[in-house]
Amino acid sequence: MSDTPDVVGFVRHKPIPPSPPPIAQAGVIRWVRENLFSNVTNSVLTILSIYFVIKLLLASAPWMWNGVWTTSSLRECREVLQGTSGACWSVLTERWNQMLFGFQYPVESYWRPTLSFVFLLVSIAPVLFQKLPRKLMIFSAIYPFLAFWLIWGGTILTPVVVVLALIGAYFAFIKMERKIGFATGMVSGVAAAAIVLYLGGYVTQALSGFIALEPVASRNMGGFMLNLILGTVCVSLSIPLGIVLALGRQSNMPIIKGICVVFIEFIRGVPLITLLFVANVVLSYFFPPGTNLDLILRVIIMITLFSSAYIAEVIRGGLAALPRGQYEAADSLGLDYPQAMRLIILPQALKISIPGIVNVAVGLFKDTTLVSVISMFDLVGMIRGPISSSTAWTGIYWELYLFAIILFFVVCYCISQYSQWLERQLRTDHN
Amino acid sequence: MSSMTDTNASKFRLSMLINDTRYRSTTFQVIALIALIFAMGYLVNNLLSNLADAGLNISWRFLGETAGYDINQQPIAYDSQMTHGRASVVGAINTLIVAFLACVSATILGVIAGVLRLSNNWVVSKLMAVYVEAFRNVPVLIWILIIFLVMSNVLPQPREFRGDAATSAMWFDMIAFTNRGVYIPRTVMGDTGWVVVLSFFLSIVGVYAFRRYARNLLFETGRMIPTLLPSISILFVPAVVVFFLLGNPIGLEYPALKGFNFQGGVHLRLSLIALWFALAIYTGAFIAENVRAGIQAISHGQTEAAAALGMRPRRIMSLIVLPQALRVIVPPLISQYLNITKNSSLAIAVGYMDITGTLGGITLNQTGRAIECILILMLFYLVISLAISAIMNVYNNTMKLKER
Repeated sequence: MSDTPDVVGFVRHKPIPPSPPPIAQAGVIRWVRENLFSNVTNSVLTILSIYFVIKLLLASAPWMWNGVWTTSSLRECREVLQGTSGACWSVLTERWNQMLFGFQYPVESYWRPTLSFVFLLVSIAPVLFQKLPRKLMIFSAIYPFLAFWLIWGGTILTPVVVVLALIGAYFAFIKMERKIGFATGMVSGVAAAAIVLYLGGYVTQALSGFIALEPVASRNMGGFMLNLILGTVCVSLSIPLGIVLALGRQSNMPIIKGICVVFIEFIRGVPLITLLFVANVVLSYFFPPGTNLDLILRVIIMITLFSSAYIAEVIRGGLAALPRGQYEAADSLGLDYPQAMRLIILPQALKISIPGIVNVAVGLFKDTTLVSVISMFDLVGMIRGPISSSTAWTGIYWELYLFAIILFFVVCYCISQYSQWLERQLRTDHN
Repeated sequence: MSSMTDTNASKFRLSMLINDTRYRSTTFQVIALIALIFAMGYLVNNLLSNLADAGLNISWRFLGETAGYDINQQPIAYDSQMTHGRASVVGAINTLIVAFLACVSATILGVIAGVLRLSNNWVVSKLMAVYVEAFRNVPVLIWILIIFLVMSNVLPQPREFRGDAATSAMWFDMIAFTNRGVYIPRTVMGDTGWVVVLSFFLSIVGVYAFRRYARNLLFETGRMIPTLLPSISILFVPAVVVFFLLGNPIGLEYPALKGFNFQGGVHLRLSLIALWFALAIYTGAFIAENVRAGIQAISHGQTEAAAALGMRPRRIMSLIVLPQALRVIVPPLISQYLNITKNSSLAIAVGYMDITGTLGGITLNQTGRAIECILILMLFYLVISLAISAIMNVYNNTMKLKER
């Protein structure tokens, strides 16, 4: 080692700092090159799309921006605009209440549906998000009765009696189910509810002014409120019905299975409009002579049947997706059919089918606009009927339909985003 | 053991109907059947007594009576003196026409949008995402109404086409867009026109035979011959040659402005166009999602394996990815076709005379035979639905993964 010369050649202590990548290979330019102009086809597509977007913006932005908000008719609005391109947003401000509540709901009671809507958001939150405190579920359980009282008015005793009937039914069911069995429990529950309802009928008639709100008839409901009412009521009613139908279709009893299959396939094979026609003109023939059901109630019955068939198919998918072992495990624990379903099968099957149910709910909410065809005044019905044919606003369409599009888009997009979020949450595999 | 079961079987007690699994399902089914019969009987009883109260009865005779109303789109001969039955048939054909048009265009639109949404071009894929989300989340009824209103307000009136100082002109002197509808040329068959059509159909058979020959050649000798250009030429050259040899036997009848309106050509009404476009765009958004899901369902390993075998990208697409993706795409696609057919009943909102507009609309209102009309209407849709589901089942069975 001593032979080594004293002069040691230069050795770098540090590595050379990396030189920056060529300008075409870094940052924005690289991203643009790779994503937008990677080849000829891509470049053409990019330029076409950008041209299309710019064209659309140029056409619509000034029109929206120049909009007039404060006139009371289309003629005045055109005078203000003086031939320049601009929207008449004033139709929205002027007819705002009509579009939300219809044109027959008493004006001084608008706070009631509004309050129910706010409560709806509060009550649905704990159902949708498991992390919220579970005690909020109590409010969710009360909400349907509260909302009924707020929207339809009348004495508070009516919903209270229904609540009492349900509570009575529940206790009767629990007691008899423990003692004898599921079927007897169901029968005694129904009997208890019927007794309470029968007695409660006298009480509500006698005390019809007890904490009463001004009653509003169903035919006075309208606007976006009607869409929301139909959507929420029908979806929530059709879930239990759908579960029963799905279980029936999965059952190995041929007659019950046959009934369910025929019902589901029939409903799924016909358009909703024909069912609404049934609600409009045919359904009353099937009730005992003298009964006079509201149109809205008949529509709710038919839409519920409609959506229950679709929900049944979704839940059937969930039931079929459960491994066979779950059914066998329930059997080997000695559970009978109702117990196995309630404790083992349905909790898992429903969990799998939630995204599908949400999709059905979104579709159904969109389909509630079809009631405008049988001359009910929901949001679309209001726009087509009273607003477009009023002398002040004949000939206006973009502004109104844009408003409807935005309302429906916001609701449906939020629900479908929630469903996708939930799907990610429910995913239990490692991915 | 056997003697014990024998004694058990012989001692039948009534409680065994509920407690013994051998009899329980029968008990429940009998109960369900009785309940169903009673429910049906109750409903039918109500129906009959209600009908009797209203002085009505169930009768199908109205189908043979004179309809007395006009239908604005007549695929088969019809006038107001014909029967309600004939009017319903016209309506049914109109339903099928719009459903067919919408299915074809929705498929084209949906496939393009679905493929483009997977493109790695950021602008294009985002644009397609906006399209899909915007149209999926808004009721189709709103789209139908808005397309109808926009077209009837924006398109020019027929009189604007008149004179030297016309403010509007026909496209290529063939197509006129007016607020009463779109007029397109009509094909007029000459005496020998059928020869051209026949030769075209023969060319289709020829293309099929040629492709089969090419495939057999590939399998037997490994030699690949180009198929695309020959196929196209086999398809079109004979028909075009025959067309000119026979001296243009198939002509076009152009629409022309006569009086207050266009005459001649095919008149596509605004109601038809609004319904067709709205259904196509709306359902196209759903189909785009199905197509995207189908393509994404094919694992990347398949593409890589094909590339490792030395296949070209286009052959990978047509031989590896598409056949597998189609298995995922086609069933939801067919149920979308079903949805289009059912949604075409929204025609009533824009006055397109489909079966809901004729049978379920005017006929129902004129005759008051609500139950009969709606029953026929439902049966019509039900038959279409069941037919389409039957086709889907056949397809699913043929395309099922053949495993051991």
